[in-house]
Amino acid sequence: MSTTPITADQPQIGTARVKRGMAEQLKGGVIMDVVNAEQAKIAEDAGAVAVMALERVPADIRKDGGVARMSDPNMIEEIISAVSIPVMAKSRIGHFVEAQVLQSLGVDYIDESEVLTPADEVNHSDKWAFTTPFVCGATNLGEALRRIAEGAAMIRSKGEAGTGNVVEAVRHLRQIKNEIAKLRGFDNNELYAAAKELRAPYELVKEVAELGKLPVVLFSAGGVATPADAALMRQLGAEGVFVGSGIFKSGDPAKRAAAIVKATTFFDDPKIIADASRNLGEAMVGINCDTLPESERYANRGW
Amino acid sequence: MSSSTPTIGVLALQGDVREHLIALAAADAVARPVRRAEELAEVDALVIPGGESTTMSKLALLFGVMDPLRARVADGMPVYGTCAGMIMLADKILDGRDDQETVGGIDMTVRRNAFGRQNESFESAIDFRGLEGAPVNGVFIRAPWVESVGAGVEVLAEVPAADGPDSRIVAVRQGHLLATSFHPELTGDHRVHEYFVRMVEDALR
Repeated sequence: MSTTPITADQPQIGTARVKRGMAEQLKGGVIMDVVNAEQAKIAEDAGAVAVMALERVPADIRKDGGVARMSDPNMIEEIISAVSIPVMAKSRIGHFVEAQVLQSLGVDYIDESEVLTPADEVNHSDKWAFTTPFVCGATNLGEALRRIAEGAAMIRSKGEAGTGNVVEAVRHLRQIKNEIAKLRGFDNNELYAAAKELRAPYELVKEVAELGKLPVVLFSAGGVATPADAALMRQLGAEGVFVGSGIFKSGDPAKRAAAIVKATTFFDDPKIIADASRNLGEAMVGINCDTLPESERYANRGW
Repeated sequence: MSSSTPTIGVLALQGDVREHLIALAAADAVARPVRRAEELAEVDALVIPGGESTTMSKLALLFGVMDPLRARVADGMPVYGTCAGMIMLADKILDGRDDQETVGGIDMTVRRNAFGRQNESFESAIDFRGLEGAPVNGVFIRAPWVESVGAGVEVLAEVPAADGPDSRIVAVRQGHLLATSFHPELTGDHRVHEYFVRMVEDALR
């Protein structure tokens, strides 16, 4: 054993590096919505890198209507004790007390999510005030950067949750990637105007222009239902995927979950995606997004 | 490029692969992602990144990388594991899944998520034996620690235990194998990667 004296500084928790670094560890992985301990175990068995604990998957929230809120702490705790992988949970947009509760329960990430009914139509939660990191949805670069400015340590493109239709996920991810690519071509003079147009802090806009990517991990969400959907989002530049209703609203969740994990890792290998896609049983039925009334589009929530 | 520049793979099944590729390139190695047995055969050494160890282990078994990797480790290939990678290099693990397999190679017992959940994740300056200069900034994310080591394992870094006078082992080396509980790849300080590249160069000599 070593006898070297230890000169550790006081350890610091909840730093931006520790929060963002957590998301870096999830890259290349699949985060799955689960509503109970049994589903959480199926997800972990299938190779999920984390689970999202919620009372109803988005497809059921759509069906049931009414106000969707943070889940019952008992249910979240059951899931935390059922699995050894990270557990995320959702708070309503701007409902910082729900976020405080989730932090006190020890969830590993808080999703300030448009899938739940917003609690504040102007302000999102101040995410710097928490040691637990946050992930937030975005439909474009400006929205992503506003969330990062508020302290989000991870971004997911929103898509349209609970539809089983990948079209909005593609739209939002392409939008974010295109806007980043455009910034890359701007000179310093142009970045100030770009920041104004994006309604985002200049420092973050400049950082994105230099990095050619967001300063935090970017996943895709909202509509992934098949292994090929997951691989599509990866090929379009998502660093990983959230799958909500797509797994547990399908015919054979365990098999589909494992198949989506494989296709997410080997997203550029059509043979492996083909093998993963065989005999999965029924996919969730899905909804055509162009028939969704504006008021039922979750992606419009958040500002 | 000189013939002595080693090619180092980063196991790219899942995790913070990109950060390791960048750190290895900064440490003057040729770095490339490795997902398949054929790709593993083409590298001089390997980094197993941070990530979710249960996912990584499952994918390594599913896609036939686990056994070739064990064979290369037995054959003396240098490997560096961070966090989940440390778990993968442990001969024995605690608090893993019952069916969780590791590559093994280092005679140690590693406790998974030992420092706690994300709320307890932290960064802290730590002394790393064999590195010149300032302490290393250790970034610990739902990190494991080394519960015990065998006689052939050199302890390179420890942190004070929160709950007693003891310290926790967070970096070890056994011959050609290196493991840290923390993530130097997230800090921009490439000294630990340089240390590993020197290990690889020595092994190739």
